Amino acid sequence: MQPLLKSTAATDRLELSAAGSWTAVHAGELEKLVEPVLREPAAARPAVIDIAEVRELDTFGAWLIERLFRRFAEGGPEPRLVGVPEHFRGLLDEVRHTNRRPPAARGQENRFLAAVENLGRHTAEIGSDFLNLVATFGEMGVALGRAFLRPQILTSIVHHLDRVAWQAVPIILLITFLIGGIIAQQGIFHFRKFGAEDYVVDLVGILVLREIGVLLVAIMVAGRSGSSYTAELGSMKMREEIDALRTMGLDPVEVLILPRVLALVCALPILTFLGSMSALLGGGFVAWLYGGMAPEIFIERLREAISIDHFEVGIIKAPFMALVIGAVAVSEGLKVKGSAESLGLQTTTSVVKSIFYVIVLDGIFAVFFASIGM
Amino acid sequence: MAAPDREPVIRVRDLVVGFGDRVVLDHLSLDVRRGEILGVVGASGGGKSVLLRTIIGLIPKRQGKIEVFGIDLDAATPDETRAIGRRCGILFQQGALFSSLTALQNVQYPMREFLEASEELMTDVALAKLEMVGLTREDAEKFPSELSGGMTKRVALARALALDPEIVFLDEPTSGLDPISAEDFDSLIRTLQQTLGLTVYMNTHDLHTLNSVCDRIAALADGKVVALGDMEAMHACEHPWVHEYFGGKRARAVAHEPEPAAT
Repeated sequence: MQPLLKSTAATDRLELSAAGSWTAVHAGELEKLVEPVLREPAAARPAVIDIAEVRELDTFGAWLIERLFRRFAEGGPEPRLVGVPEHFRGLLDEVRHTNRRPPAARGQENRFLAAVENLGRHTAEIGSDFLNLVATFGEMGVALGRAFLRPQILTSIVHHLDRVAWQAVPIILLITFLIGGIIAQQGIFHFRKFGAEDYVVDLVGILVLREIGVLLVAIMVAGRSGSSYTAELGSMKMREEIDALRTMGLDPVEVLILPRVLALVCALPILTFLGSMSALLGGGFVAWLYGGMAPEIFIERLREAISIDHFEVGIIKAPFMALVIGAVAVSEGLKVKGSAESLGLQTTTSVVKSIFYVIVLDGIFAVFFASIGM
Repeated sequence: MAAPDREPVIRVRDLVVGFGDRVVLDHLSLDVRRGEILGVVGASGGGKSVLLRTIIGLIPKRQGKIEVFGIDLDAATPDETRAIGRRCGILFQQGALFSSLTALQNVQYPMREFLEASEELMTDVALAKLEMVGLTREDAEKFPSELSGGMTKRVALARALALDPEIVFLDEPTSGLDPISAEDFDSLIRTLQQTLGLTVYMNTHDLHTLNSVCDRIAALADGKVVALGDMEAMHACEHPWVHEYFGGKRARAVAHEPEPAAT
């Protein structure tokens, strides 16, 4: 039923009569009815609000009637509410007591200042983030000492190794195989112009063993396992599981963080080795099918092109990258606050940051190995 | 207190719900009448929550018929389903507040989705609802993670009432609350039910709530409603589980308390 509001101005008073359904469904129409009355200048005449004809009333309707009532009350003599059906009285009384306090005034904020403040905060955050990471390393170092006394940690490490190493093998093999193949194909295609197709073996061998193998695997592990570490620890933090551990006298770093990070440190060299081999296989396969180079020749040339140094350069980086990925993932996980949104935010941050640190670390290693002549 | 002759707003007939080999609800039938407060009791894991979730459509049923407001849920068009959703409010056991919204925004959310009201009106009404359930203006700006257990339940109730529904489903509304908060909550439900004319469907374990607030009680055991009626009917029931539940020391202690003054 359509809601109605009629106003009749008598000489000595203003009469408003409401009718119909004053309910949430009609909230929009109701507002249009009430708005003009609210905007009128306050009259000195006493107002009478008659709601005898209102068929349905809920909190929305009751509040709008209350709003009219308050508007008249502030502008002149106390208005009167008449024709109130008995079953609406409770609701109207209930609404009368609400919203009595004015809303807290919000300070007008300066956009420019807010932007500057934001910039400052983020800059300071970079520093504190780094400190945070160092603190995580420190805590893990301390926990490592104690962990030697607690052999149960081994079970936990094995469980996590299964998740981050064993279960990651198929996808890592597949992706590195494809990348190895793509590098070989591109190499053959472009080197052919100079008649130097044979050098594709050097390209694939050195690139894969030194850089691509470890970098690709580290980035995949950051996306696959780092993100799940952050999400796990984050939701444990949200549900107070970490606090529960603390109260039992257990150190979350020792019980949750250390096994995860150690598992990652063991897993990444293994995965890097497997990934590099798979990439070489992919490269050899493409060289055979696309470049027409027999597998025996590919292996023979590979033996000449690469030395153990190249392999070592790649594999040495792996545990360090794992340490950074693990530390970033767990420290971001522990930063999660109460909301689901913050869990998502920290997981994203964890992956983005660990990939960034992995690449920075790779750069530092490149400088280091160049200067020691490897 | 009870209104025996009113028409049912929810009719459940021959309902069968199960998971895998396990049948949780076995040919269950139940009516909820307009304007009553129905308390549903049952052993933990006995299917109370499953029944509630099946009625609101979260769990698929194997057999049977559920009618809400006279509309068969299986035959309802998407528009009708949406309209029924609008007329029902649900308080989940854990509150299920949206964690990235403040208390006020949580209450406003259903309004934003379903109503064409101005921002100002929605804020006013949402604040009014929060005040009705006993929260302050300061609490309205808090996020769910900053609220205590009792406050979370209150906000969840305010959200369930946001659209002025005709039926509210409450899943364990007083569990985890201290006796004072629980009693407050009971009288709050009573007051709101009377002022807003609600129908309340409530899963509960709280004997005090059953005794002081509920018009009728339905006891669930072996996947069926084994007893339905007021406290006396419960005491009269021969079913061993019901007998133990309402004949236990705690139940007798509650039953012998003087009735609290009607609010």
